[in-house]
Amino acid sequence: MAVSLMQGNEAIGWGALAAGCRFFAGYPITPSTEIAEMLSRELPKVGGTFIQMEDEIASMAAIIGASVGGLKAMTATSGPGFSLMQENLGYAAMTEVPCVIVNVQRLGPSTGRATAGSQGDVMQARWGTHGDHPIIAISPTSVRQSFDLTIKAFNLSEQYRTPVILLTEAIIGHMREPVDLPEFETLEVVERVVTSSPDEYVPFSNEMGDVPPLAGFGQGYRYHITGLFHDQMGFPTQRLDEINPWLERVNNKLNNHLDEIVMVEEDIQEDATVAIVAYGASARSARHALKVARSQGHRASMLTLLTIWPFPEVQVEKLGERVERVIVPEMNLGQLALEVERMVGRRKVVRVNRADGEMVTPQMILDAIEG
Amino acid sequence: MISSLADRIEISLVGKGGQGMILAGMILAEAASIYDHKNTVQTQTYGPEARGGASKSEVVISSGEIDHPEVINADILVALSQEACDKYSPGMKEDSLSILDEENIDCTPATPFVRVPITRLALETTGRVITANTVALGVLVGLTEVVSRQSIEKAVLARAPRGTRQLNRSALLKGFEAAEALKMHT
Amino acid sequence: MAEHILDAHELDVDEIRIPRENWFESSETLQKLRKNKKFPTIWCAGCGNGIVMGSLIRAIEHLGLSNDEVALVSGIGCAGRMPVYMDFNTLHTNHGRALAFATGLKIARPDMKVIAIMGDGDALAIGGNHFIHAARRNIGITSIVINNAIYGMTGGQYSPTTPIGKQATTAPYGNIEPSFPLCELAIAAGATYVARSTVYHVLELDKYIEAAIRKDGFSLVEAVSYCHTTYGRLNKFGTAPEMMRDLKKNSISKAAYEKLSAKRQAGNSKIVRGVLHVNDEREEFTKLCRKLTEQAQGGGRQ
Repeated sequence: MAVSLMQGNEAIGWGALAAGCRFFAGYPITPSTEIAEMLSRELPKVGGTFIQMEDEIASMAAIIGASVGGLKAMTATSGPGFSLMQENLGYAAMTEVPCVIVNVQRLGPSTGRATAGSQGDVMQARWGTHGDHPIIAISPTSVRQSFDLTIKAFNLSEQYRTPVILLTEAIIGHMREPVDLPEFETLEVVERVVTSSPDEYVPFSNEMGDVPPLAGFGQGYRYHITGLFHDQMGFPTQRLDEINPWLERVNNKLNNHLDEIVMVEEDIQEDATVAIVAYGASARSARHALKVARSQGHRASMLTLLTIWPFPEVQVEKLGERVERVIVPEMNLGQLALEVERMVGRRKVVRVNRADGEMVTPQMILDAIEG
Repeated sequence: MISSLADRIEISLVGKGGQGMILAGMILAEAASIYDHKNTVQTQTYGPEARGGASKSEVVISSGEIDHPEVINADILVALSQEACDKYSPGMKEDSLSILDEENIDCTPATPFVRVPITRLALETTGRVITANTVALGVLVGLTEVVSRQSIEKAVLARAPRGTRQLNRSALLKGFEAAEALKMHT
Repeated sequence: MAEHILDAHELDVDEIRIPRENWFESSETLQKLRKNKKFPTIWCAGCGNGIVMGSLIRAIEHLGLSNDEVALVSGIGCAGRMPVYMDFNTLHTNHGRALAFATGLKIARPDMKVIAIMGDGDALAIGGNHFIHAARRNIGITSIVINNAIYGMTGGQYSPTTPIGKQATTAPYGNIEPSFPLCELAIAAGATYVARSTVYHVLELDKYIEAAIRKDGFSLVEAVSYCHTTYGRLNKFGTAPEMMRDLKKNSISKAAYEKLSAKRQAGNSKIVRGVLHVNDEREEFTKLCRKLTEQAQGGGRQ
């Protein structure tokens, strides 16, 4: 294509189109609205449908319904809307229906600061809906990565039959950077494939590896989908010998494929005594601070987490073994730091936080590096 | 200084909501990235108001990779309103330059500044106050050459709504002219 | 049975187009049920839900629809459990959200007949917003609301259609909230086919559900039912057969209602049964979506 100056939110829209998204349902909310506006313009051009629903609950429901109908589907929202989506998000996890939820985080709680960025929904992305469930959340650090990770979100969602949350914020979402998007045809896109005949089809099979294939409605595969605990055919069950195998398969289906799901960027100095673990907009501030620190003679490493959930336990643990201190800058009061602490020990972790809607500054991180 | 990485240049364009400073930032960023082929990041800060309130557009330009996307200590400030000037002029680099709209602003920053009657020039040249942002871009580029004149002109014209290309072009040229006059003067 | 047939005779003979012997004896009807699902149903003996399920099956069969082209979507509550027994594409969703899920499904598969089955709490309380907006869009979904005036599954709490003064487990002093008139709400919101009958008047239900499915846009059939287990017991309405008889006694056909004087109409407290509203003017939503797509792709008017 050609270089254009593009907003992160717009890149998410293009990423969705490139991944084959053909349905978007959403409700207007700052700072995510550009995604809806962009897709309301572009989706019809490729034969897709945009619909503005009556609220975020309905938006989440509609994308699950459309996905069951065979379309790749996405919604985009911010904190208050993300809160409303939680029940249906759990439904998608329970029924293993692929869908992508973009949360352009803004400062909360409540209405908070609608136009200010935040990383306050990190824990909500993991545990926002009730009950134990698998979830994938990924977080871009640039406009180009907003495009790439949206495609990745769709691919992971289809591959593992799970909702995937693209966790960005007002900073990256509203930021403009020059990008030269690749031709869509050249990109790797995961499509649904059902191998068994309708007569043999077992929609929630525990015997076909971790992820049984999903057949869309109206294609001859008649079956039942329910948010109740269900047997392999999808029928409600109270039998513990049916519930437990389901729990085991579904909660392990991501853990068994971490090498494909967990994405990090490593910038390691062998003799570093300090390391930064960062994600999203804060990774941008951290990288700046890292360069300044190194130019001043500090030895420091950095791990940028593109995958937030499942948490990159192995990578963080390994990093922790090599340094004395791990700095975790976040635009919240310390959320993912809890996970880092779990992996490297509390005493090694230096939290750098602000939760007023402004970016963590490179100076704050530099101060932490200098100790 | 923490913001002085490589050849990083930080520019803040501030005004009231509706004065077009966010659009000016986008145009400047397009001139730098698309036409001058430099790494560029543009960000913005705005309140809940669509009109009024302080609004800020930031552009960071560098030949190296830009990590932190926001202005840390601005090299250049363009301010069209008093409130925006009060809010954003502290924190400028010592050797920075502030370009202040003469008739709208009477604060005196501690760092180097020039006063240009940006809004009046816009009104005199095009008859439209709304072109003040384009005049401001002309002054900014004319004084600092942060992007080339050809590139800013291409970027302005590419963004100009149908039927306003000539209007915007004359506003931009007026800005260049004002910058030349200032240079002669100093 | 005798009473049942007698009541059916109140209908125009022409309107009864389904040969009656097919309803009860046809094995094709039974084939709409799931062979691999264990019966009996979750419902209490004497519940009206099974009657509505029977009507729905007969309507689908009479329309000649294949099982593959039908999707049943439901929410939570006793009514929400209906789809699991039937051999269609079935989606049992969250409380109140059936229509929102169905909206996405209908857009993805406009060729399918999407039918949403809800209860009164499901459709009018937690799902009230989705209900009015689905009607406003006139999306091609057939809504069947089984109105038993109570939250049955959770044990008898008052719902948006519990009459004033009636007992519920959360209205021990009698309900003080007025009820939501479901059909009138749907009409005001933009539904293009609205009919009401009761689980006593099975022939009407068959016919109305069939017409509702045939209708292109958003259609509603309110099936007035009862819950003898909770509502009936709390209010001393007796057994299921007694409550069933009350539906006959306390309802009136639209034709008979329209013959009443204005004064008696105003004083009417009976359930009015009939096709309450038909609008053939409004275009169905997914058809509008298709047009918009063609326009965006340059095929239609600019």
